[in-house]
Amino acid sequence: MSEPNGLERFLTTDPVDPGCAKALEMLDAYVDMLLAGGAPEEKFPDIAAHLRDCGPCAEDFEGLLEAVRRNREGAG
Amino acid sequence: MSRCAPVSPSVTAPVLDDESAAWLRALRGERRETAVEGLRERLLGVARSEVNRRAGRLPFGGPELDDIAEQAASDALVAVLGKLDGFRGESRFTTWASKFAILEVSSKIGRHFWQIGGVRLEPDAWDQLPARFGFDPDRTVEWRQLVGALRRAVEEVLSERQRRIFEAIVLSEVPLDVLVVELDSNRNAIYKALFDARRKLRAELVANGYMDPEPPARR
Repeated sequence: MSEPNGLERFLTTDPVDPGCAKALEMLDAYVDMLLAGGAPEEKFPDIAAHLRDCGPCAEDFEGLLEAVRRNREGAG
Repeated sequence: MSRCAPVSPSVTAPVLDDESAAWLRALRGERRETAVEGLRERLLGVARSEVNRRAGRLPFGGPELDDIAEQAASDALVAVLGKLDGFRGESRFTTWASKFAILEVSSKIGRHFWQIGGVRLEPDAWDQLPARFGFDPDRTVEWRQLVGALRRAVEEVLSERQRRIFEAIVLSEVPLDVLVVELDSNRNAIYKALFDARRKLRAELVANGYMDPEPPARR
């Protein structure tokens, strides 16, 4: 069997992926833990799995991370 | 004597940090109007920064982005105030509130995309698939067989709704949040339909010998 290609990676789902609703519900806690130096991918492996596979939620994650980081730097 | 079950649940509510507690007091107190205005300003700042962050990848800009930011901040403010009692302190209050502004920006960009362009399905999209997934041009025969098998699987194993969502997102590269508007649905439902479609297609390709049963290593 050949090396996995982009299609194979795309079609491979992670069984722990909880979907967008759960991921977005926990997104703020995930971001705060990351900014506090923690390891949210270990505490929330299901959310981490979703953010790897869902482009729109990953985009929201990046946006929230940047917004919170910027606000704290501005306040600091 | 048997022990009584604990009255309180084993999971205790997180302790609020000082800043979050102050926000909640202010938003529920006598100087609520001042606090609401402060929150509105904060959400507007988040929304503006977010549309600017995404601006380079959008086919529109200028006043349209300003409108999106204003509307997103207003709707986020309504959402935050309406859900205030649902804030559980699992993050700082400002992080929780900012999340609503980010999500509103996403939603409004998706709706604006849909308004200006709708959902266009590309007629020759299957031909673009090998390049889209980075197929090696030196292995054309192999990829042609794989794409043929995928195309048959899309026709045979997906439901009509799953097929429509797969074709829009994967073949025509319609942004998921735009499809949400087109189908009058929500992101979670579209993602779940695509998730199930991906799972079924892979199982079919594995069953027919086109893919390894062992999933590739995760990123």
